[in-house]
Amino acid sequence: MNIINIDHIAKVYQVGSEEVHALRDVSLKIDKNEYVAIMGPSGSGKSTLMNMLGCLDTPTSGIYDFKGVSVSEMTDNELARIRNKEIGFVFQTFNLLARSDAVHNVELPLIYAGVASAERKERAKQVLVDVGLEDRMHHKPNELSGGQRQRVAIARALVSNPAIILADEPTGNLDSKTGEEIMGLFHEIHEKGNTIILVTHEEYIAEHALRIVRLKDGLVEKDENVEKRFLPKVKASIL
Amino acid sequence: MSPMIFELNEGLAIAWRAIRANKIRAALTMLGIFIGITAVVLMSTAIKGIDNSFKNGISALGSDVLYVDKWSWFSNDEWWKMRNRRNIEMEDYRKFKELAKLPIAVAPVTNSRQTIKYDDKKVEGVFLTGSNADYVKTTNFTFEQGRFYSEIEGNASRNVAVIGSEISAKLFPRGDALDKTIKIGGTNFKIVGVLAEQGSVILGPFNPDNQVFIPIGTIFKNFISRHSQTVTLNVRAPNPNMVEETKAEAEGIMRKIRGLAYDEPNDFSINQQEGLQEQYDSFVGVIQIAGLFITGLSLFVGAIGIMNIMFVSVKERTKEIGLRKAIGAKRRTIMTQFLLESSVICLLGGLIGLIAALLLSLMLNQFFPTAIQYDVVIIAILISLVTGIVSGLAPAYTAAKMDPVDALRYE
Repeated sequence: MNIINIDHIAKVYQVGSEEVHALRDVSLKIDKNEYVAIMGPSGSGKSTLMNMLGCLDTPTSGIYDFKGVSVSEMTDNELARIRNKEIGFVFQTFNLLARSDAVHNVELPLIYAGVASAERKERAKQVLVDVGLEDRMHHKPNELSGGQRQRVAIARALVSNPAIILADEPTGNLDSKTGEEIMGLFHEIHEKGNTIILVTHEEYIAEHALRIVRLKDGLVEKDENVEKRFLPKVKASIL
Repeated sequence: MSPMIFELNEGLAIAWRAIRANKIRAALTMLGIFIGITAVVLMSTAIKGIDNSFKNGISALGSDVLYVDKWSWFSNDEWWKMRNRRNIEMEDYRKFKELAKLPIAVAPVTNSRQTIKYDDKKVEGVFLTGSNADYVKTTNFTFEQGRFYSEIEGNASRNVAVIGSEISAKLFPRGDALDKTIKIGGTNFKIVGVLAEQGSVILGPFNPDNQVFIPIGTIFKNFISRHSQTVTLNVRAPNPNMVEETKAEAEGIMRKIRGLAYDEPNDFSINQQEGLQEQYDSFVGVIQIAGLFITGLSLFVGAIGIMNIMFVSVKERTKEIGLRKAIGAKRRTIMTQFLLESSVICLLGGLIGLIAALLLSLMLNQFFPTAIQYDVVIIAILISLVTGIVSGLAPAYTAAKMDPVDALRYE
C-alpha cells in the first residue's frame, strides 16, 4: 500500500481580499522506501505541498490519505500525533534547541510520545551513534559545526522510526562538501529502508533521489524517475 | 506513566532553562511579584497584630464592665451639652454603691497626669488613676510583683502606688520596683505592686502598662481638688450575660441619685467596651480593605510585568514553538509549558517575598504589633501561583494557538 496517497488536492489562502491558489490540483502517490525529490521555483507551491505532506497543514479540497487514513479531516491533536509518530522533519536551518545538548534535542519527539526517560536517552544515543556523532552527545548546538548540527537534526527525525523523513532544503545552509556528506547520510538512510521526501530547488541535490516531482504554478509539471542518479562520493558514516 | 507527566517534567525543565538563560530579566520580573507578596503579607501580619493587640487591650478592660460617666465615649450630642452636665461626685458613688444590688464591684475613678521620678530617672505625663481597692475587681489585672493596694490603704488615702509594667521597666530596669519609694509630682509613694504586662499598644495612655494606680483620696489630697473633676464609676456585672440588667439597674439608680424627673433626659452616660469594639471594627475594616487594595494593586502591577515578559518570551521563541509543534507537541503541551514558566517565576518571587515579609514582620514586631498567621503563608503561596497562572494565560494561549507553518517560518 502507498504510504502517501494524494488525490486532486488544492490549497487556497486568503490574503486580504485576494485568493491565492498555492496548490491547484496535485495528485501524488508515494510508496514505502521511495526516495522522492520535490522541485520547483519559488511560488510553485512546493513549500505548501511539503507542509501538507508533513501534516502541518490540511488541504482546502481533495483527499490526503496517510497510511490509508484520511488526514484532511483530522483535528489539531490528531495531526500532532501523526507528526510525532510518523514524520521526521529535517529543516534547512536545523531548528535545534540552543540551550539543550545533542541527546536532549534528539529525544524531544520521544518526550511528546510519552516514552520513559531511560529508554529515551538510550534510543537518542543509539541514533546519534548511527549518524556518526558518538563523541558529540553532550555538546550544545553552538559547540557543533553546521554539518554536525544537521546530523543532530537528522537523528531527531529518525529517533521515532517515522514512516517518512521529510527534508526541506537540508543542505541549504551548508557548504558544498558538508552538503555532500549530508546527502551521503540520506543515501544510507534510504538504503536501510526508509522513505525520504526531499524538497529542494537545486538540480544536483534533487538528482540524489530516485524520483523527481517538478511543480509549477501549483500543478505537477513532471513526475519522472531519475535516470542518471547522482551517487554521493563521500562515505558519510558507519550507518 | 502517562505522557502528561513527561510533558510536565519537560515543561519544568524548559521553564528553568529559560529563567537561567535570562537571569536579569527573570529577576526583574520576580521583583514585581516579590514586592507585591511582601506588601500583602506584611499588611496582613500588621493588621492581625493590631487586631490581637486591641483584643488583648479590650479584654483587659473587661467586656462585663460599665463605665458610668459624665461624658459619653461615643455620642452624637455636642460636647458642650455634656460639659454642662453636673459632675459625678464621691457622694454619688457612695449612694450608688449602697443602692446597687447586681454589680460584683463598683469603683470610683478619677485621673490626673503627673511626672514620676525615681533617682535620676523620670517619666513625664504619666496617666495617674485614683480609685479604691474595688478597682482591681473591675479589671482582669495580673501582677508581676506584690498586690493591689488594700481597702484600708485605699480608704485611709495612704501614699501607696501600683505601677504598670512599662513604668516599671523605665524606672526600674532591673525589675526591683517592689517596696521602692518613688516621687509622684513631688510626693513620696511606696510601690506595693507591679502589674504584669497587659499588652495593648492600641490603648496608648489608657494602656494599664503605662499607668500608675493610687488611692482616690490621695489623688484629691495631692493633685486635684475634690470637686473640680468628675468621677467615673466602673461597675462590673456579675457575668457577661448580666451586662444589660446591670446597665438598666445602674441607669435607674443614677436617675434617682441625680433626682431626675421622668421626662428629663439622662445627665450621665453609661459606656461600654462594646462601643469601642464597634468603633474599632469599622475603623480597622476600612484600613483592612484600603490596605489590602493598595498592596493588592502592587501585586497586580507585578502580574502585568509577568504577562508582559511572557508575551516577549513567546514572541522570542516563536520558532521553537513551531519546531515543537512540528515534532508532535499538542496545543495543551505548549500551553502547559508557558503556564509552568510564568508559575515558576511567580512562585520563586512569591517565596522570596514571603520570606522577606516574615523576616521584616519579626523585625517590626519590636516597634509595632505584628502577628504571623500560618494561613497567610499558604495563602501567599497560593496567590503567587494563581498570579502566575492568570498572568501566563493570555501569552500561553497565544503560543498554543500558533500555526506551526507560520511559527517555523518566523524570523
